[in-house]
Amino acid sequence: MRKVWDFHGGIHPPENKHQSLQTPIQQAGIPAELTFPLSQHIGAPAEPVVTLGEHVLKGQLIATADGFISVPKHASTSGIITAVEERPIAHASGLPADCIVLESDGKDEWIEHSGVADYRQLKKSGLLQLIRDAGIAGMGGAGFPAAVKLGVNPEKGSIRTLIINGTECEPYITADDILMRERADEIIRGAEILAHIIEPEETLLGVEDNKPEAIAELRRAAASSAVEIVVFPTKYPSGGEKQLIEILTGKQVPSGGLPADVGIVCQNIGSTVAIYRALVHGEPLISRITTVTGAALQQPQNFEVLLGTPMRYLLEQAGYDQGKNPRLIMGGPMMGFEVPGADVPIVKTTNCVLAPTAAELPTPPPAQACIRCGLCAEACPASLLPQQMYWFAQGKEFEKLETHNLFDCIECGACSYVCPSNIPLVQYYRASKAEIMQLRREHARSEHSRTRFEGRQERLQQEATAREAQRAARKTAVEKRARQTAAGDGEQDLIQAAIERARARKAGKLLTETAAGNADPAEAAIEKAKAARAHASAPSPEEKTRQTLNKLCERLAKSEQKLVESRASGAQDKVIEALEATVVKLGEKITAAETELATYTDASAPGSAPSDTAAVDTAQAAIEKARARQADAAAAPPLSPREQLQKNHEAVEKRLQTVTSKLAEAEQEGSDTVDALHKSIEKLSAKKQQIETALRELGD
Amino acid sequence: MALMRITSPHAHGPLTTAAVMRTVLLATLPGLVALTYFFGFGTLVNILWGGVVAVVCEATALRLRKRPLGFYLNDASALVTATLLGIALPPYAPWWLIIVGVAFAILIGKHLYGGMGYNPFNPAMVGYVVLLISFPLEMTTWAAPAGINPTGTPGLLQALQACFTPASIDVTTMATPLDLLKQNQSLLLEDLWVQNPQFGRWAGLGWEWANIGFLAGGIWLLYKRIFTWHAPVAMLVSMTLLAALFYDGGSSASAGSPLFHLLSGATMFGAFFIVTDPVTSAVSNRGRLVYGAAIGVLVFVIRVWGDYPDAIAFSVLIMNFAAPFVDYYTQPVTYGHRKDGDPES
Repeated sequence: MRKVWDFHGGIHPPENKHQSLQTPIQQAGIPAELTFPLSQHIGAPAEPVVTLGEHVLKGQLIATADGFISVPKHASTSGIITAVEERPIAHASGLPADCIVLESDGKDEWIEHSGVADYRQLKKSGLLQLIRDAGIAGMGGAGFPAAVKLGVNPEKGSIRTLIINGTECEPYITADDILMRERADEIIRGAEILAHIIEPEETLLGVEDNKPEAIAELRRAAASSAVEIVVFPTKYPSGGEKQLIEILTGKQVPSGGLPADVGIVCQNIGSTVAIYRALVHGEPLISRITTVTGAALQQPQNFEVLLGTPMRYLLEQAGYDQGKNPRLIMGGPMMGFEVPGADVPIVKTTNCVLAPTAAELPTPPPAQACIRCGLCAEACPASLLPQQMYWFAQGKEFEKLETHNLFDCIECGACSYVCPSNIPLVQYYRASKAEIMQLRREHARSEHSRTRFEGRQERLQQEATAREAQRAARKTAVEKRARQTAAGDGEQDLIQAAIERARARKAGKLLTETAAGNADPAEAAIEKAKAARAHASAPSPEEKTRQTLNKLCERLAKSEQKLVESRASGAQDKVIEALEATVVKLGEKITAAETELATYTDASAPGSAPSDTAAVDTAQAAIEKARARQADAAAAPPLSPREQLQKNHEAVEKRLQTVTSKLAEAEQEGSDTVDALHKSIEKLSAKKQQIETALRELGD
Repeated sequence: MALMRITSPHAHGPLTTAAVMRTVLLATLPGLVALTYFFGFGTLVNILWGGVVAVVCEATALRLRKRPLGFYLNDASALVTATLLGIALPPYAPWWLIIVGVAFAILIGKHLYGGMGYNPFNPAMVGYVVLLISFPLEMTTWAAPAGINPTGTPGLLQALQACFTPASIDVTTMATPLDLLKQNQSLLLEDLWVQNPQFGRWAGLGWEWANIGFLAGGIWLLYKRIFTWHAPVAMLVSMTLLAALFYDGGSSASAGSPLFHLLSGATMFGAFFIVTDPVTSAVSNRGRLVYGAAIGVLVFVIRVWGDYPDAIAFSVLIMNFAAPFVDYYTQPVTYGHRKDGDPES
């Protein structure tokens, strides 16, 4: 005999199960209209895949699962889709919800379907997909998608125990009991399929000892099976998943965790049969066993009912006296909820329709003061202190409620049941849970906006700091340059003097030219005005950069020329060094300008690209040449003046060629580098002549 | 369809608060019979007169607080307070003493704190302590038990006379066994027993049977699951252990045998009818163990080393103070919060 554990608390309310066990399972038949709520499970509502007026067959998919935690819906008989609209449904909120409405054609015509010949041949993922496609959600009441539960921890060996829940501890309900009595074989086969998927070390089927007929049937059916039937004393709420786990294994599911965390997976009897039918017969979940009971009925009984059937259709078959029935309950007297009317449909989780008389389940009398008798704490299966939580709930002391583990309350109703002061304790807990959840949501929302605000502040701050840093860097650079200029005075005197001389020469030349060529003052004025206008038509940054680049190239050319001259004339080392430094610096500047230009080029239209590229190429070539020359100057042995001159001549000639070809290109394209190129050609030709003259002199 | 929407659970157990109160009242009967047999009708008159006063006070308080009279009077909690105080008071207490005690218990001890369920202190014990401090003489004279009372056990008429016209009748009083033991300086317990007729087989003559009567009532309440065993058993056990520790075989300095303490004074009455008051005690079973054990210790300490011969009321009130503190440290482990997660052995 297997050891069973006890759980804390629990109660023994009158069972009232015999009323509905007088007859075997009855076929409820086909109602004229069926309603399929899109949400009959925990998770996202299903997505309709039928159109109005479409004819569907029994078992045909009418809504697909929307996401992982969701289940599809199937038509439970053949007929016409007449509406997809809000209808009253069986939900604790009492609110209507989206439903697919089917008008049956009475033919009950099946869609083509077939089961799996041997499920052992299929992969586990395939089996899970079949279970998912069959729309199976936990049929014990919560309606959690079965495939999700089975697939939650697919690593082999992580699930030690598979538990099939045949406990059915709620008073009045006998749907599982009668299913076990009449279809024990299907249950055991279903359990074997589940065991094949999960590969647990043991498969236990837990039943309370108040169902001796069911136990006998199960034992017979499981005789040659690995499924073990475990019987334990009757106590409410043994059928709660957490309680059943404790009874059968002694383990507790950690707070906020899943049974899989302690190596356990639970499935309800009804779901097990549904899985069997889905795999072996290929039938999706379209019907279930529902207990219809209560003293307002003449003949309480269990029906095999098509999902979507209105409750009234069942109630009338059971001899419903609506006048005697002040409220209609889906589920049992402990955890069931009132439905908004008898026209709500049977769904996957409808294990019971309870139609009590006023005397049977009277409206509760007014609550008296809590005398902290502690009967609630004695009854609580979660070992909570309901009397303290009631106190805190009244005072809205939410933190205290949470430290008293309010969220471990399973709302089984045992505390309210035993309370001598008739305090609706569970309602207080539900309300407090809802309030706390609301507060949490609000908190999360405000936390989110706070993070966003802080992020923005930080960003703005960073931007400001970066701007400040840039400004400071610019300032430092300017100062540095100023200092360098000041410091380099002595050494650069010669260069400076040369530059100034050149400028003076240029100015004098310009002056004489102007004086000679443009005697007419009016014409001079016109020229000036033109120049001013050209200047005023503010050049774009790109043009500016290009101009800068051109100027830099010019300067580089000049500096190089000077460097060559200085070397040729055997100038002081210092001068040569200074010139070399200038060349290097210019090279750097050109690179910078090029980079800048490149960004413009990237951004600009393709049409303007060639000229940009040409300019960049020019600069690039110049830089490379300068560098090469620098390297030569550093590495090569001192050359004879003649050799030097010859080399220079060669270089100048080469450059002249390059520049000339570039000029041709530039002229063709109408680029504004033309002027600069003209100038450099002039200069290069002059230089060439100079060198040639020098060579001749040397040669002579 | 019904306009009133009710959420689960829809079923309710048969037990009501009024039924709990009536069961407690019934359970006092065996002890009450023993008290009446040995000390006459005084206690019954206390209870009857106290009951009248209690109902009047309760009704007045409810009227002042604008509460429906019938609904609240029906819970019989005022009668329970009056009965418990009536049993605790000396028999043949004058009418005004009972009025003061009951009125204080109901009006101040209970309604001033918010009424039923909201009082932090046991109302009967509040009333008792107020009287004990204010009227020590009246509160410490106890009638002589039957068998050794030279004037015979008073009947109902004499009891009523003693209550309502105290000057017209003289009820023979004697020191209680707890007083005698406390005042004993030189005698071995054996000699003390021989010299004083107030002692009976195990404890005081009459007292031991009253205690056994209340024990019987308490066991019946346990059987009826009105309360759990934790607080009373913890109290009796801790007291027995201390008594055994300080018994020293019965010398002149002995604090009395464990059995003597268990069956003397208000031990059993306190253990099953006062300590078990749910409103003012600790809430969890573990908490009630601590709460009961602490009361047992306090009772013994005050009895043996304090100035008062009996100490249930003081001990209970002190622990009423401490109950929230005990609750804080004795919260039960909720399902799923067990550290190891392994099966309990």
